[in-house]
Amino acid sequence: MEPIMPYLRAFLVGGLICVVAQLLLDGTRINPAHVMVTFVCLGAVISALGLYQPLIDFGGAGATVPLTGFGHALLQGINKDVMEFGPVGLLTGGLRATSLGITVAIVSGVLVAMFFNPKGN
Amino acid sequence: MDAGSKERQLTKRIGRQTLLFRRRPVVVSTATAVGPEETKGPLAADFDVTHHSNLFGQKSWEHAETFMLRESAKLAISKVGLSPDQIDLMLAGDLLNQIIASSFAARDLYIPFIGLYGACSTMAEGLALGAVFVDGGYADRVVAAVSSHYDSAERQYRYPTEFGAQRVPTAQRTVTGAGAALLAGSGEGPVITHATIGRVVDMGIKDANAMGTAMAPAAAHTILQHFTDTGLRPDHYDLVATGDLASVGHGIASELLREGGLDLGTRYTDCGMLIYDLNQQRVSSGGSGCGCSAVVFCGHFMRRMLQGELRRVLLVSTGALLSPTTTQQGDTIPCIAHAVAVEMPPPSGQPGGEG
Amino acid sequence: MSKDKSRRGKTKARRTAQAVRSGSPPGMASPGKEQSRQVKDYRQLATQLEPRRPILRNVIAAFLVGGVICTIGQGAMQVWNGRGLPAEQGASLTAATMIVLAAILTGLGVYDLIGHAGGMGSAIPITGFANSIVAPALEFKREGYVLGVGARLFQVAGPVIVWGTFVAIVVGALRMLFLGA
Repeated sequence: MEPIMPYLRAFLVGGLICVVAQLLLDGTRINPAHVMVTFVCLGAVISALGLYQPLIDFGGAGATVPLTGFGHALLQGINKDVMEFGPVGLLTGGLRATSLGITVAIVSGVLVAMFFNPKGN
Repeated sequence: MDAGSKERQLTKRIGRQTLLFRRRPVVVSTATAVGPEETKGPLAADFDVTHHSNLFGQKSWEHAETFMLRESAKLAISKVGLSPDQIDLMLAGDLLNQIIASSFAARDLYIPFIGLYGACSTMAEGLALGAVFVDGGYADRVVAAVSSHYDSAERQYRYPTEFGAQRVPTAQRTVTGAGAALLAGSGEGPVITHATIGRVVDMGIKDANAMGTAMAPAAAHTILQHFTDTGLRPDHYDLVATGDLASVGHGIASELLREGGLDLGTRYTDCGMLIYDLNQQRVSSGGSGCGCSAVVFCGHFMRRMLQGELRRVLLVSTGALLSPTTTQQGDTIPCIAHAVAVEMPPPSGQPGGEG
Repeated sequence: MSKDKSRRGKTKARRTAQAVRSGSPPGMASPGKEQSRQVKDYRQLATQLEPRRPILRNVIAAFLVGGVICTIGQGAMQVWNGRGLPAEQGASLTAATMIVLAAILTGLGVYDLIGHAGGMGSAIPITGFANSIVAPALEFKREGYVLGVGARLFQVAGPVIVWGTFVAIVVGALRMLFLGA
């Protein structure tokens, strides 16, 4: 039972975060892009209140993989840089902490474009 | 004649918006090209050209769309033993910015060309204008052609084709298809008797995922105006077919027509609902795009008219005149619908005339 | 639909039909108060006659698809953490792994199908973010690598990065002010 608990919790937390997003989308009829932006910003805000880390402690990847986790990473990066470099850390911390993810996305995009073609529908 | 005089001597215009074609231009031939998804629909047997890939062997979606438009025009012309240099005029339009599929096809065909933009209403627009040229004696052979392509429309109006956006029930699927009709002053085939030019109608819908809803009032407006202008009875036409209102817009338009005093019953249908199997194919509420009314009319309705199954059809292509810019700026969606009345004359040897 | 609601619907349909038949410009082309009245009528009619979104089906799909993606992420995280790396690096590498996975699925033409089915269940996880970057890169390849791929890479994901960064800075600054550096 023990080994699968982290997976079950990740499934639950991740699934529930997506449910909230889907309810927001279908309930208010706003653009999917607006929902995604809302979630990354929400992640930053909840993180600043110190409430996101407990969610990660419980849900693991269920909390880090969604876009809210990206917002959390941005904010934690800022906190870290501010502690180390002072106020300029506000500007350097976010992208520094997420640099791996964003760079991998850019490189993947370019490489996939080089080796694949869009299939369309 | 004094331009300000109240008495206008227009012998070919009836009512407020309808043109009467006294010389009855003939639709001597038509041709269609469709993509793989359309060949899975119920009308597959009525289409001429298809390909297993939506690229049609070309290097991009846009090139594929040009290919479809050009080949269907060429085929329509060759079906009656003519070649492009014998055609007086080409009227064509599509959904792409600057109507590039039409312009590039016109370059290849080298026919005197007038480009049209009416969004998805362009087929009826082209047929109406073509009829005007022929009836007015300004051209004896006119090809009217339009096209649309699912992928070229998606990447221009919405998202890149490999992006995982979810579809909503009111959405529609842009038809990958091109239809061409050759009109002539004489010959065998159905004739165009009237055309009603639409006005732009906007009842305040902003949702670009609910185009059927946005276009329904424009369709109702044009259809009601057509029957008012001509004084025809509701059962005059075997079919009144809107272009791409799909299941949602069709329901709303039916309601508006009934409340407007015109009950067409089952005679009222929609090309967007006919071209796909709404239950089996993932097309939300149905088809859309210029190609929708084009291939359904040029392929399916034409076949049924030539086989004697349908005698009179009113084609009402419907267009939503929006762009991604207007949506982002928070504007509503202005729409238009044009109506073209096509009638199969009685077989030669029998008396003709109005029914 | 209740009898009262259906009667109100009929009234709206009749009023819209009258506006359309009247000969005067209808809807957005009519002046002031008339415009808002007609637009309101039609919008309400449309809401009544349009099919409802299948919210329950969408929510269940989002839950399942999002849950599965995050579970896969959990697996990736266990692998990275097993190598004794600090926690933030583990999270970053997990994100990177999921991004590469989504990029490949996008290239193979599979991710859009996951998106159609999963809705927010595929858009909210980092895989959706990756798909939103790789899809335009792939799509606009035909316009060349510089002006196509290069310019359009962030066409869909841009807002997430721009606003995430901006809001995080504002929130971080507020936090700094209230809690001290």
